[in-house]
Amino acid sequence: MSLLEVAGLRVRPGDGRDLISDLSFTVDAGGRFGLIGESGSGKSLTALTIMGLLPPGMTASGSVTLDVPGMGRTEIVGAGERRLNRLRGRAASVVFQEPLTALDPLMRIGHQVAGPLRRIQGLRGRALREAVTAALEEVRLAEPGRIAKAYPHEISGGQRQRVAIAMAIACRPALLIADEPTTALDVTVQAEVLALLDGLVSAHSMALLFISHDLAVVSGITDHVLILKDGVAVESGAVLDVVNGPRHPYARELVDSARELDAALDGLNATDGGTR
Amino acid sequence: MTPIIEAREVGFAYRRSAAVLTDVSVGITPGRGVALVGESGAGKTTLLRLLLGLTRPTAGRILFDGTALELGDRARMRSFRRGVQTVFQDPYSSLDPRQSVARIVSEPLRSLGLLKDLPRPARRAAAGERVAAALHAVGLPGDAAGRYPHEFSGGQRQRVAIARAIVCEPRVLLADEPVSALDVSTRVRIVDLLAELRETRGLTVVMVSHDLAVVAALCPQVAVLERGRVVEQGDTAAVLGSPRHPYTRRLVRSVPRLPARPSQSS
Repeated sequence: MSLLEVAGLRVRPGDGRDLISDLSFTVDAGGRFGLIGESGSGKSLTALTIMGLLPPGMTASGSVTLDVPGMGRTEIVGAGERRLNRLRGRAASVVFQEPLTALDPLMRIGHQVAGPLRRIQGLRGRALREAVTAALEEVRLAEPGRIAKAYPHEISGGQRQRVAIAMAIACRPALLIADEPTTALDVTVQAEVLALLDGLVSAHSMALLFISHDLAVVSGITDHVLILKDGVAVESGAVLDVVNGPRHPYARELVDSARELDAALDGLNATDGGTR
Repeated sequence: MTPIIEAREVGFAYRRSAAVLTDVSVGITPGRGVALVGESGAGKTTLLRLLLGLTRPTAGRILFDGTALELGDRARMRSFRRGVQTVFQDPYSSLDPRQSVARIVSEPLRSLGLLKDLPRPARRAAAGERVAAALHAVGLPGDAAGRYPHEFSGGQRQRVAIARAIVCEPRVLLADEPVSALDVSTRVRIVDLLAELRETRGLTVVMVSHDLAVVAALCPQVAVLERGRVVEQGDTAAVLGSPRHPYTRRLVRSVPRLPARPSQSS
């Protein structure tokens, strides 16, 4: 049985055309699945639908089910807020693209990380403080004590994203959704955060739904991918099959674009000997 | 060859704070475009602003065609602007939404007074021709002139911004992250366009970018900045192909790559 099953999902605003049409895919427990698409392809909307966070006015039809051992099987589409709230943080949680907007600017980091631990695990007092420190240490933040006392604007973008990851995995969700988690970061920081995510997902046997416009990033961290264009799945399959033999013209265009940029860097290595 | 623009031992610091740039020397010679690479806060954009004459260095000098650039000398700044144009990162904020594309693209012609010697009616016709030629050069249809920025996608807007920059036929184009706000396939098309303009118009492209693949495709020279200092510079192939400074090495290693193709096709 799959952990997440999306079947015939359709999302549309009150009046307009479908933003997502007939989308189906599954993510197994502990599996790693990548959603790839450019702006407006519906990939973030898919993440919001899975969390039951569609903005007002948007309606979803079809089926999104989360089947978490010990929590039963839940149909997300049409579920009430109370039901959804029990799932958030434990069954699934999200890391968003921009950590500055994901964190409350007026609240110290420690306080924000304590939120899910208090609410979901019922920790209080010293146990809570220790859990916060452990959560910050887990995402390799040096000086967790100082970070816990800091406000979001006082730490760097990479540190903020680590904090957002700490909050997302604090209650050991079965599914971690990462929506462009490294797009706002510098390339070396991106590499560190990807390595961190990779390690955490393995260590806790979480499933990962990784959403990005960047084929190279997705192919490094997932093993199955689905390419979305204008809300429609145009291609899906094992990462190596898709990047080595894309069938749909749009998939081919994405792979070619990425290869073209790669080739520019490869060219350097090849000509290296002659230019020195 | 005399560099068109040269930063000679420049430094920049805001009052009462640590230096943003320290002792930076970079020269831009014709046809040898330079990429300024580094991470957020490394000082890339500040250096670009100094090279553009938008900000005065607090140490060292900026030279234009071999002599010091005086920000107060209006005639000289006008000839500088004519030779050195810019494209910004975000095509959504760099185009005035209330102006038609024709008006946006012809702006440098007006502000630099390039057509002021012509009689009025001829001026208008000449501006129209120059705009049409610039739009054609960036691959936009002729009817784009009468439309407004909101009617265009991000990639098309960036083409409009590039048309505005090349309408006065500058020698150097300084671009701050010109493709980082764009989707991957659009990014490749804009990179191709800049490469084409470089070849056909003899344009020297200077670029701030954190995307090493784009740098490798467009600029023959590269300067790597870390915390306000140039840690390594030279031929792009040498610097990125076999980096010597640990920071450059880390930068090159961090670029996400597609998995290697199966061996039979390589």
